Amino acid sequence: METKTVRFGEKLVTTKEFLAEGHSFCIGCGEALAIRLAMKALGENVIMAMATGCDEVTTTPLPYTSWRIPWMHTLFENTAAEISGIEAGLKILVKKGRMPERDLICVAMGGDGATSDIGIQALSGAFERGHDFIYICLDNEAYMNTGIQRSSATPYGASTTTAPAGKFSMGQVTRKKNMAAIAAAHDIPYVATACPSYRFDLMKKVRKGAELKGPAYIHILSPCPTGWRYRSDLAIEIGQLAVQTGIFPLYEIEYGRYRLNADPPKLKPIEEYLKLQGRYRHLTGEQIQRIQEMVNEDYAKLKEKVAASPL
Amino acid sequence: MADELTWKDLEVGNIITEAGNGSFRKTGDWRTERPILDKEKCIKCALCWIYCPDAAIKPSEEGYYEADLYYCKGCGICASICPAGAIKMIAEEEK
Amino acid sequence: MSRRVALEASHAVAEAVRMADVDVTAAYPITPQTHIPERLAEMVADGELSAAYIPVESEHSAMSTCLGAAAVGARTFTATAGQGLELMHEVVYVASSMRYPVVMAVCNRALSAPLSVWGDHSDAMAVRDTGWIQVFCQNGQEAFDLTLWAFRVGEDPKVLFPVMVHLDGFTLSHVTEPVILPEQSEVERFLPRFQYPFALNPDKPMTHGAFGPPEIYSETKLAQEVAFRNSKEVILQGWKEFGDTFGRYYHPVEEYKTENAETLLLTMGAFTETAKIVIDDRRDKGEAIGLISLRLWRPFPFEEFRRTVKGAQLLIVFDRCISFGLGGPVFSEIRSALYDEEPRPKVVGIIGGLGGRDMSEDNFDYVINRGKEIAEKGSGRMLETVGIR
Ligand SMILES: Cc1ncc(C[n+]2csc(CCOP(=O)(O)OP(=O)(O)O)c2C)c(N)n1
Ligand code: SF4
Ligand code: SF4
Ligand SMILES: [Mg+2]
Repeated sequence: METKTVRFGEKLVTTKEFLAEGHSFCIGCGEALAIRLAMKALGENVIMAMATGCDEVTTTPLPYTSWRIPWMHTLFENTAAEISGIEAGLKILVKKGRMPERDLICVAMGGDGATSDIGIQALSGAFERGHDFIYICLDNEAYMNTGIQRSSATPYGASTTTAPAGKFSMGQVTRKKNMAAIAAAHDIPYVATACPSYRFDLMKKVRKGAELKGPAYIHILSPCPTGWRYRSDLAIEIGQLAVQTGIFPLYEIEYGRYRLNADPPKLKPIEEYLKLQGRYRHLTGEQIQRIQEMVNEDYAKLKEKVAASPL
Repeated sequence: MADELTWKDLEVGNIITEAGNGSFRKTGDWRTERPILDKEKCIKCALCWIYCPDAAIKPSEEGYYEADLYYCKGCGICASICPAGAIKMIAEEEK
Repeated sequence: MSRRVALEASHAVAEAVRMADVDVTAAYPITPQTHIPERLAEMVADGELSAAYIPVESEHSAMSTCLGAAAVGARTFTATAGQGLELMHEVVYVASSMRYPVVMAVCNRALSAPLSVWGDHSDAMAVRDTGWIQVFCQNGQEAFDLTLWAFRVGEDPKVLFPVMVHLDGFTLSHVTEPVILPEQSEVERFLPRFQYPFALNPDKPMTHGAFGPPEIYSETKLAQEVAFRNSKEVILQGWKEFGDTFGRYYHPVEEYKTENAETLLLTMGAFTETAKIVIDDRRDKGEAIGLISLRLWRPFPFEEFRRTVKGAQLLIVFDRCISFGLGGPVFSEIRSALYDEEPRPKVVGIIGGLGGRDMSEDNFDYVINRGKEIAEKGSGRMLETVGIR
């Protein structure tokens, strides 16, 4: 094929698909889109380690693979340790002259469960040791692969199969774990949030994280029609609303400095975001109000950090 | 197909040595609706191409972006984001 | 020229890893394994070993890191014991199924609860089904030799399985003995650099660790089992080459004074040396008794084992582990291995040496006497033990 890139004004995006067509992510899956865009930003000189989850089971039913890059999966919670070994292995092989030197990006991906729950120890260890890798969390806000069970990344008020809404329950009663802040607390060079609805922002951050030396963490909100119970054509709109209402702000933390990447002059009411999704359908007006307050608080806190960061 | 392989056909450690060999999987079967492109309206902005989770929309020779129905699962994202209203989803049974 | 030096067995393992010119080692400290990673870290710090020493935050990550490194073609080593091996368990199983030739030393330790840092074989028995090639050492020289040999066998393209080298916690790991260290050039002759054929590399992208749907999972397991059993050939060849190079020969089943023995005692690991003293004594007194020990634990050496015990009337198996509700795990495997043999010795099992409990010569005397008694009159007890009040 002649066309190698598609032009968007100044920007060129490769037509190569590193995640092959024919994968079995659900219809309209935001996680699939997040990976597709991230891979376009990373290019082919990568080695990837991936955790167990939707992304892994939809792409590798033996004897077939959707991956056109070197890819490895072993378990659910050890992906950051695995990429540590990959990175250290490549480095020492080059040092010992057993491998030619080349620019290779070590990338790890895992869901919110793999990242902020069961794999957080391995990830913290890998950050602390300072391996040169980029870790991408595909946050669909629950354990989707096993059937929409709650995780620590499930937002307040959402109904899941293990924290269901019921007569005496509003679903999730805990606040979403702030994984980006936890990553940032390791003083790694780069932390960012992203969402596929903001495609160029996502690709730019992934690229930046890959290019900076040392660990980088990108937390990508990945809308999930199956788990969030919304119409399969709405992934992009939902992602936009998540950012415009402030429930999922886009920001980056480069060497400790916070920067907001989208700062709408006025946040949209959270209800606009919630009402499109079945997982929030049970909420009362009062509960929605409470969520609004939480969003306001969190957003204000974030803006304080941005304001406190020298340009 | 997987159920025709014997243990002798598997690579050491079940490693798959042929990159992207899963691309034969036909996910077009999943569709209940399919996108119809109105070339008159299309402004060739490529948004539908970049937002397709299945990489099912491909650039064509004439510079349009068209769904490959072998893969297209019919999510409708392209139709919902098209700024020109050039894509319409129609029921799979419809002509 | 080789050198004879006084070395702690743990350090002998580290020496073997250094001479193997390992690329990546990732380990997490746990008594009684600590002296191995400490020594390796020191070697890297002093430039005696050009390797990445990765101080991971858990044993689970230690093995996971080794898998990542092995997947890009690095020679990898780790060491653990007891609780560490248990925490790592999930990844141990993956290493063999995905065929990464990691080498691991295990300084055998009892399992909690109650917490015990001292030795027995409970940790080893808990991983017996994980698909690793597994061998047991009896002294420091063997700890060195078998660690070196482990790389030779595991990385052989005909094998590609991880190898576990068991050495008893404290009773071997912390004992200083004379060890003969070979010349580096001899080591290199014995242990060439194998090229891992499936290294992750963008020039030829491969997928490691695809999931197994029901249509194919069974086939993957059969393929693994066939390859695992076939590794025996290289295991034996490796020992032959080792003997030809260094002058010390190893066998799947080690025999001691077994000629015409009517009674055989079976032990594994470091207590074998104590048991040998008791055998010597009894032989001197004219008793037709000998000792065998399983050097190769997996793949189980059926053929060699059956051949070795063929003429005996009684086989007494000493276990350092209880498989709860069953008895001694080695004992039950041994008995099952002999079921189809005709004639076959009577097999009796006795358990002892748990959680660092010493096994004296007197204790082994008791094992033999009691074993003979049970063979004649039956046991009448729920569980036969030695040295337990
Ligand atoms: C040790 C272990 N515990 C539990 C599981 C079962 N499990 C597999 S994937 C998964 C959830 C994955 O959730 P997440 O990481 O958020 O990824 P998603 O599927 O949502 O993309 C769980 C619980 C497992 N494979 N391994
Ligand atoms: S469950 Fe959600 S995240 Fe998983 S494949 Fe389906 S839509 Fe995607
Ligand atoms: S999004 Fe609409 S206008 Fe843009 S290329 Fe696709 S069909 Fe044409
Ligand atoms: Mg998830």
